[in-house]
This record gives sequence, structure tokens and C-alpha cells, in this order.
Amino acid sequence: MSTNSSTVSPAGATSTATTLSREQVATRVNASLRRRHRQEIIFKGMGIGATVVGLAFVAILFINIFSKGLPAFWQASITLDIYFDPEVVAIPDMPQRLSGESGNDFRQRRVDWENEVGLVNFNRLIQAAIAKVIPEAADHPRDAARLVTSGERIALRRLVIADPSIIGQTRRVTLYTDANIDVWLKGNIDRSLPDGQQMLNSRVREWADRLYEDGTISLRFSTALFQNPDSRSSLASAGLRGAFMGSLYMMLIVLLVAVPLGVASAIYLEEFASRNRVTDLIEVNINNLAAVPSIIFGLLGAAVFINYFKLPFSAPIVGGLVLSLMTLPTVIITTRATLKAIPPSIRHAALGIGASRTQAVFHHVLPLAIPGILTGAIIGMAQALGETAPLLLIGMNAFVASVPSTPFDQSNALPVQIYLWQGNELRNFFEGRTSAAIIVLLALMLSLNGLAIWLRKRFETRW
Amino acid sequence: MSNLSLLLLLLGLLVVGYQIGLHRSRGLVRGATGERLHSRPQYHGVVVGLWAVGPALILVVIWQLLAPGVIEQALVSQLQDVQPGLSDQEQRVALRRIDNLASNKGLVMGAHDWELTAAQTLSAMRKTSGWILAGLSATLIALGLLFSLSRMSPSLRARNQVEKVVQGVLMISSGVAILTTIGIVLSMVGETLKFFTFISPLDFFLGTTWQPVFHVTETSGYGHYGMLPLLGGTVLVAAIALLFAIPVGLLAAIYLSEYAPGRVRSFAKPALEVLAGIPTIVYGVFALVTVGPFLASVGDMVGLHIRATSALTAGLVMGIMLIPFISSLSDDIITQVPKALRDGSLGLGATKSETIRKVVLPAALPGIAGAVLLAASRAVGETMIVVLAAGNAPVLTANPFEAVSTMTVTIVNQLTGDSDFAGPQSLVAFALGLTLFAITLVMNIVALAIVRKYREQYE
Repeated sequence: MSTNSSTVSPAGATSTATTLSREQVATRVNASLRRRHRQEIIFKGMGIGATVVGLAFVAILFINIFSKGLPAFWQASITLDIYFDPEVVAIPDMPQRLSGESGNDFRQRRVDWENEVGLVNFNRLIQAAIAKVIPEAADHPRDAARLVTSGERIALRRLVIADPSIIGQTRRVTLYTDANIDVWLKGNIDRSLPDGQQMLNSRVREWADRLYEDGTISLRFSTALFQNPDSRSSLASAGLRGAFMGSLYMMLIVLLVAVPLGVASAIYLEEFASRNRVTDLIEVNINNLAAVPSIIFGLLGAAVFINYFKLPFSAPIVGGLVLSLMTLPTVIITTRATLKAIPPSIRHAALGIGASRTQAVFHHVLPLAIPGILTGAIIGMAQALGETAPLLLIGMNAFVASVPSTPFDQSNALPVQIYLWQGNELRNFFEGRTSAAIIVLLALMLSLNGLAIWLRKRFETRW
Repeated sequence: MSNLSLLLLLLGLLVVGYQIGLHRSRGLVRGATGERLHSRPQYHGVVVGLWAVGPALILVVIWQLLAPGVIEQALVSQLQDVQPGLSDQEQRVALRRIDNLASNKGLVMGAHDWELTAAQTLSAMRKTSGWILAGLSATLIALGLLFSLSRMSPSLRARNQVEKVVQGVLMISSGVAILTTIGIVLSMVGETLKFFTFISPLDFFLGTTWQPVFHVTETSGYGHYGMLPLLGGTVLVAAIALLFAIPVGLLAAIYLSEYAPGRVRSFAKPALEVLAGIPTIVYGVFALVTVGPFLASVGDMVGLHIRATSALTAGLVMGIMLIPFISSLSDDIITQVPKALRDGSLGLGATKSETIRKVVLPAALPGIAGAVLLAASRAVGETMIVVLAAGNAPVLTANPFEAVSTMTVTIVNQLTGDSDFAGPQSLVAFALGLTLFAITLVMNIVALAIVRKYREQYE
């Protein structure tokens, strides 16, 4: 600054005026002013440029995800008139509860019966139904079977179990087509590729086009995405339900572990702890813990929860505990900030009329802090919801094709499901599925954050 | 699951104890000796409930922590009698098989007789331990109830006692954060020391080849576990990310805090911060599916060979992730610079940009340095972006267009799908984790110290 003062400040200009004429000074000053104003514009332009670049990335990211993911919510589905041929669906009558039969025995017979229904070759029903719309399909049953994804047999089985009287009748059912049909119809594979590189043979492709044109196959909103767990055998019916439930359990554990612990430590540090070295140590420690890479918490989980405490692998309980420890600093820091913002006059008033310190805090300060604490807890949970790396280390990247019924069952989590799907070999299909899963995850996180902002706006008190 | 029912049982007991205490203490007053209760009956109830459940709860927790270890020790010493000469590795495998046999989970192929007997002993020991625990806790509960009821009197300072307990619980809660740190350090130091029994620390820290052998045979040895290629990859990716994020983030922060009109600021700041809320896995997929192929095709156009998954791809996307981090931190710091400094400079005739460059930024420099350091520690510890987009090639290179591997990627690769921490293949993950922890810890401490000092300077 000081070295430039001769050109910058007017004082410098007058001191050199002894040797220069007024006009020379004026031209010099004007020239330097022009230069400086140009610099000003350039600098401001750089700032605008940087902001635009940043915003452009936000836009590109979202456009990219939505353009890929939104179409994946609509999935190629085939509507067929399925005749439940009594010859194919040759099953005994549904067991009725006999008088004097115990509930367990009846349930066992019922399960046996359902298993028997599962043995029926439902593919033959589907093939027959397809042969009705494409006559030549009768000669190529294997190709006909490739139109419908293999998991849809279970849908037919479910229909029979729900109502055995449909045997012998014809029902109009909508089934998901094979993932490759979906890829072909949406143009997600280069249609001009030679036969050898296509996933489907030319006959099936031609059928698919024909059925798509006459409306038998249409793009419908995919409920499979929300109702089914992951699947490897029937890719078109792979869904997010297992992952969603896993994430839900983990969020519950975070809510039950991280939030109470975090709030309690924040209250202690802010309201009770005396300023000494131990408190300082805890503070430094919490600040550092907030900046420890998340994967380190995964290592902690693998070593302590799984290796030492022998908790089950891939289970939401372990994931939830790991995420709780990870979120703890966030909850503590936000809660402390909230408590700090509550004016001391509240505490003084309570103490002044004879409340103990604990009563002052729990009866007067804490109720005022609840909106802020909730906001912090929700933000922490949103952060935990999106975290992937630590979960990989405790085995949550395993393929799980079931919906967990307790936090101790094997399970997936939403972000890990995204990781698994992006690695699926059937890229053309799973690129869309992955983006759809990302949209679901982002929507959940945004609604959590939106809730936090709403809470803050709604209950915010300015002191 | 038995733990859960135990907890529920204790919770129920708490309620029962509370009710007993409540009624008893009310009875004290109703006796009408003219004496008043020091504390309200509810506090007496809580005291009784706590005495009934507290000691038992502490016992259960300690028992659960220690019993598995003790049982395993007993089992091991028995195994050594029955089956002497088992190597460490074989012993660990045997223990796991016995555990599976005892708890009926998973199939165990071809179980030996001695394994079956051991499994029976194990489940017998577990059962005994469970009975002892149940008996002890029942005694403790009864004793606690009797003791607290016998002490109950109108003058009992029940409220003060309850408040002491509440404060104690709060204090213990704040200790969890410390415990977490200790847990991280201890667990990783333990496994790292085990790792160093296979590979010498010198080879690990200074080796330039990363070539672990996954299926160890008698002759092949363990392979090379030199960390430097991974460290190199980590630094390379983080440097690219920072080179991209610092100018963009800093300039955006300057524009938004100094130039932007209110309306632009109120729109652009939250919009940028959206980037901070996006999970890293999303960035990873974005890098892999979109940015990587884009960079590769740009490379083709200008005649450069850029791999789709490379240090550049990962670094660039990580840079995008760090933009809001740097911009919001620097924004805070820039707005903290006192207005007087700005006014002084403007008053001397400096333009706005000159004021910013020559007065505001130098004054804010320490704080910005702290912010950059925090961002760097994030970049070093970031996992999902590099797992997906860096290409996973552990070679020592400074070419950003090549695939690299980082410490975090290697931790994931070495540890996923394997919970048996027997060989160096998985133990190395902890050695890498400890190194990573140490690096980020130093960065964080320095950064936080700088930021705090800076804040005090202008407060």
C-alpha cells in the first residue's frame, strides 16, 4: 500500500507537481485512473465469473441428474390378458381352517400351500398370453419369455394366492417388461448397432417395437422402484424399498442416540461446565471430531462394533451407531450455538425467584432452545442420510434382496444402493435407475433441510 | 435382542420404583407430623426409581462389555489344552467356527468333534454368564429398592440428589465425544501395530511400490505395502481440487460479500450452498458418468490423452464440492474485517478492488488460510468421489491425466467385504486410516487455531 501511494493518493500527485506542469499531472492522473478503473471492472468481472461458474455447476449437476433420472420413473410395462389355465395352475384348494385345528398348524398348511403355488410354471401363462397378441411367438416360447422380466412370475403368484377363484378366468394384468426392452424402447442403446452387440435378438426387438406401437407396451409410472427391494435376477423389478427401510432404521438410531447425547453434552458444556482445562480439551476435541474424515468412523465401526462387540455385519444397527458418532459433533455444535443465543436474563430471572440451576436450565432455557435444537438435529440427520463411505466398511455394500424387518437384519442404505447400482453391468438400464435413486435421496434430504428451515423461520425468536 | 428386553424390563422397573417412591413420600406427609417434605414427592419417586435401576444398569453394561472377552479367554485356554499347536490364524478361524456353531448362525462345514464340544462349552458358559448376571441384577434391584425406601424421610434432600444425577449424566454424555476420539485412536493403533508385525514401518511409510498379495502362499510373501504412491495420489487429487476451488470459491465470496446487490446475494448464496448439501456419492456418480467422459473427449479434441477416470476428473469434481465450503467460510471471514479498515482505504481514494486486494484480503489472509486448510483436510479425507472417479491405479505419478489411487480408496478396497482382521491385507487399512487421521488432525488443529486467533484479533 505504501509503495503505491504516489500513484494512488492525491497527496502524491501534488508533491511531484513541483517538477511537472499541471497538464502533465492531469494526463498522468487520468491515465492511471483509467487503468485503475479498468482493473476495477476486471476484478469485479472475475468475481461475477466465479459466481456464475459456481451456479453453473449447480445447474449442470441438477439438469444432468434430472434429465437422466426422471425418465427412469416411467418404465416399460406390458398389458396382457392372462388366462389362468387350470391345467397349468394345477393346485389344490386353498386350505381352510378346520375346526379344532391349532392356529400354528393352519398357518403351516397355508405356507405349504403358498409354496406349492410358487412351483407353478407361471411363465407358461405369460407365454400363452403373449402368443395371443403376437401369433408367431407361440413358436418361440423362449423369446416370448424374454419380453417380461423374470420377477413378474411372483406378481402372478400373488394374484393367485390373494384370490384362487381367478383360476380358469382371464385377467388383464400389467407386468414390467425385461430391462433390456425398456432400454431398447427408450433408445438408451444405439439402435443401429449390429445384432452381435445388441442385448436382444432381432425378433424380440421387432416384437417390442410392434407392441409399443399398438399400445400393449407403454411407459408407466414405476411402482416397482418404491415397492421392491434390490434384485439381481430380475433387474427391471429392482427397487429401493430395502435401502429405504435400512436408511430409515439408521435415521431412527441416529435420532435416538446422537440427538440425546449431543443435546446433553451441549447443555453440560454450555450451562454447567466450569471453564477449566478439561472443558477446553473437550471443546477442542469436539471441533476436531467434526472435521475427521467420515471414513475414519467406518474404521472405528469395523474395529469396535463388529470385531469387538460382534454386532452383525451389514446391519442398520451398526450403521446407525457409526453415523451417530459421526453426527454427534454437528448436533453438539448447533445446540451450543442455540443455547448461547438465549439471553442470560432468562436464567437470571429464574435463579432470582429461587429456581436451582438445573431447574432454570430445564424449565426455562431448554424450552426456548427447542426449535434451534430440532433444526440442528435435522441438519445432522440429513448429513448422516447422505453418507456412504463409513457404511462400505461395515459391510453395507453387500447385495441384500430383502426388506429388513429389524435393525439387526442385513440391509442396504440409500446412498450405498446408488453406489451398487452405478456399478451394475447393465449400464444402459441402471444409469437411469441410479439417477432416479439419486433424485429420491436428494428429495429426502431437501425435505429434511426444508423442514429445518421452516422450523427455524416459524419459531425463531429475536432477542 | 435379549439386551433390548432387558432394557425394557429395567425401564419398567424404573416406573414401578418411581410410583412406589411417589406414594410413600406422599404417605409421609399424610402422617401429619407437622413436618414438610424438603422436596416434592416426584423427586422422591425419581430417587427410589434410580436406586432400583441405576446399580443394576451399570452392572449390566459392565458385564456386557467384559463378559465376551472373559468367556473367549476361557475358551482359548481350553482349546490350547485340547488342541495344542494351533497357530494364531488357525485359532482365530476355529473361534469363529465355534461361535457360529454355538449361536446356530450360518452353516459350518465339516465340524470336528472337538469343535462341537467347544461349541457346547461356549453356549454353556454363555448361559451360566446370563444366569449369574440375572441373579446379581435381581439382588441389586432389591437392595437398591430397600435401601432407598429405608432412607426416605421428609428431610431427605431428594431434589438435590436428582439434580446431581442429572448433572452427572450430562457430564458423562459430553465424555462420549472424548471416548469416540480415544476409541478411534486406540482401535487404529492396535490394528496398526498388528500390521507392523507383518510389514516393517519403514517399508510402509517410505516404500514406493503398492502391490499387496491377496492370496498369500508359502513362497509369495505378503507383497509390497509402500504407502507413497497412495499418498502421492491423495496429494495430487487434493491439489487439483484446491487449485480449482480456491480461486472460484474465494472470488465468488468476494463478489457476493462486497459487490453483489442484495437480491443477487440472497439468491446466489443459498444456491451455491446447495452444493454443500449434496451427498458425495452423487458427486462420484456425476464424475464417473458425466465429467470423466466429457474430459476424455475434450482431451481427444486437443490431442491429449486423458483417461475418463483420472486424477483430473476426481480433482475437478472434488473442487466443485469444495466451492461452497471455501466461499461460505471466506465470506464469514471477509465480513468480519472491520469496516473502519475499508473506510480508511476508500477515504484515501483507493478503488473498491484496490481496497479489497490491498486492505481487506491481507487483513483476512490468516482466516482464509485457515479455511483453505480446512478445505484441504476435507479433500484429503474425501472418499466416494475418488473411489468412483480416480481410476484406482496405485502408481506414483504427477500426471493429472493418469489414473491414481488414494489412501481413502485403498482403505475401502482393502476392507470391504472382509471382517477378518487377520492378515496384512485388511490390517493395512487401519495403518492407512491412522496416517490419514494424523494428517487431517494436524491440518484441523492448525486451521482451527488460525481461525480462532483471527477471530479474537477482530473481536
